[in-house]
Amino acid sequence: MTDVDRYLAAFKAFAGNGAGRAPSWLKEIREGAIARFAELGFPTTKQEEWRFTSVAAIAETRFSHPPSRIPHPVQSQIESLFMGTGPRVVLVDGRYAPELSSAAGRPAGVRVESLASAVAHGPGSELAREHLARHARWHDSPFAALNTAFLADGAFVHVPAGANVEQPLEVLFLSSGGPATDSPTVSHPRSLMVIERGARAAVVETYAGLGDGVYWSNAVTEVVVGEGARAELYRVQREGPHGLQVATTHSRQERDSFLGAHVVTLGAALARHDITTVLAGAGAELILNGLYLLRDDQHADHHTVIDHAQPHCASHEYFNGVLAGRAHGVFTGRIIVRPGAQRTDSKQTNNNLLLSTEARADSQPQLEIYADDVKCTHGSTVGPIDQTQLYYLRSRGLSPDAARSILTYGFGAEILDRMRHPAVRDRLDQLIRERLA
Amino acid sequence: MTGKGKRETGKVLLQVEDLHATVEGKEILKGVDLTVKTGEVHAIMGPNGSGKSTLAQVLAGHPAYTVTAGQVLYEGKDLLAMAPEQRAREGVFLAFQYPVAIRGITNAYFLRSAVNAIRKHRGEEELGPVEFMDALEEKLKAIGWDSSYLTRPVNDGFSGGEKKRNEILQLAVLDPRLAILDETDSGLDIDALKTVAHTVDKLRRPDNATVLVTHYYRILTHIRPDFVHVLADGRIVKSGGKELALELEEKGYDWLREAAPVA
Repeated sequence: MTDVDRYLAAFKAFAGNGAGRAPSWLKEIREGAIARFAELGFPTTKQEEWRFTSVAAIAETRFSHPPSRIPHPVQSQIESLFMGTGPRVVLVDGRYAPELSSAAGRPAGVRVESLASAVAHGPGSELAREHLARHARWHDSPFAALNTAFLADGAFVHVPAGANVEQPLEVLFLSSGGPATDSPTVSHPRSLMVIERGARAAVVETYAGLGDGVYWSNAVTEVVVGEGARAELYRVQREGPHGLQVATTHSRQERDSFLGAHVVTLGAALARHDITTVLAGAGAELILNGLYLLRDDQHADHHTVIDHAQPHCASHEYFNGVLAGRAHGVFTGRIIVRPGAQRTDSKQTNNNLLLSTEARADSQPQLEIYADDVKCTHGSTVGPIDQTQLYYLRSRGLSPDAARSILTYGFGAEILDRMRHPAVRDRLDQLIRERLA
Repeated sequence: MTGKGKRETGKVLLQVEDLHATVEGKEILKGVDLTVKTGEVHAIMGPNGSGKSTLAQVLAGHPAYTVTAGQVLYEGKDLLAMAPEQRAREGVFLAFQYPVAIRGITNAYFLRSAVNAIRKHRGEEELGPVEFMDALEEKLKAIGWDSSYLTRPVNDGFSGGEKKRNEILQLAVLDPRLAILDETDSGLDIDALKTVAHTVDKLRRPDNATVLVTHYYRILTHIRPDFVHVLADGRIVKSGGKELALELEEKGYDWLREAAPVA
């Protein structure tokens, strides 16, 4: 049985089982997705998009779906993973965990709930049908296709038109990945977030591993930001030390909307995150802001695409990497300016700090500009601590260690500065300080 | 050894003797002698490339410069044996000609870290963020700034003039015994120059000293030096009182360069 065949067999079992409860439109999508996965197969490093990241560890491992009898953690064990105390939906190994989820403090009309229940009934079902698997390009990605084929549950966040939500809405995907699972497991976390016209909200999506075993988390998130809406999306990856994560995040912004998408990558042995943002309405603004702090043998690959489909849009992308030990960071930043997307203002920066001689960073900007009246800039750096900065700080009385620590923290703080939700920013600041200490 | 009681005017604070220094194998300083006493302001002038900035950086401990001969005593101690941070903690401050930007770190955090490093060295208690802000208020006002400059990253996106003011803010906050100002006046408009000069002037005390490295006469009309030295081709070729600055303003440097000994 080939690597791919194993998943086809698993799909057959899945489709014949509990998955049968899904509406027919979803069943059709799943059938299409597994067929697409079978065609695409797992990527190899011979493919340009995967040049720096080998997924052999994923393709060659025999993962099983986690048994449902794995005991869930208790509330107090996971409380530190939340950024606030607002409404939250928690999934463990891809399954909704009602006892860990909470609707407390949820403003009227706002939904933070299980995706399966949203699909099944209530006002969410229409939205799910309209948006679920309609944005993330599973036709192009075997991983997004596989996630979509096994789509059973996940998180659903809905902020209705005009709503103004102060508290961050939280989505937490936990992977057991520990002693409770004696063989490697896979789950397919799925999120759909719909922030409607004129709404304001901050959503936090956290991925965390509970144990130190081998597991694979294959996530897909779709985010829709309606006309004039202002959304902040925080995506925090804290998978376990032997966790493998492949993720696709796809956002679509309508006219005059703002999206601040913040990515903080701390965990997993191997992480690949494909982020596609589509500026689909004129006047939309995007801040795509990322930080990866890696050490030991961690490998994280961020593959971003900013698609300027309409005129008068602005995108500012900043990714900083801090790499210690033998860690390897990869950043690919593709910016597409479609014909007619005049007056596009796009800026991309990727700075990498190497804290050891064995750490490595690869940075690749890719600009594809098909309009003539645009402003596009990009820049990237890879290197150790800047000696001039170090000397400047030392000349003010700081020890070399203190100066290095300040300069390293500065790489993270620069990203934190762009986060607009103060409580979430402070919590992430604390997390980053702990990590760098 | 220099004790804490000996801080009256007229004690030798800095003694530079036959200082030679190279950068990337090229000799820039070719035997500098300079004595600075407490209570004094010295101006070091000279044409481009004469070694003015090198002298300033060697005194602050820039790692790119190698001292090949000579010695520097600061309060009687071997300054060149000290690491840059040690010099700062002992009271040496260099206002950089090209202040360095540090992204992500706010000016407030940077300043407080510096103050606390020095306080710790002196055996004083470190300042918390609130106490520090209180202590800073007056100094900010003196350079004509509001607190918005404190929440901005260090020198990041600052104009040339703002960077220079930020150096002077650091000077005011750190209150060194020996301040070396490396072309702090260049790139400043007249109002900024006056503000900077006024701040520096107010910091003058009988127990500290200032070395002004400058290209231009105009700052010396605001900060009146006790001594003016002309550095040319790595040596001090002429020293005098403040009238020498005026003479340089009128005649330029060429007449001195001709008089200088050939290396």
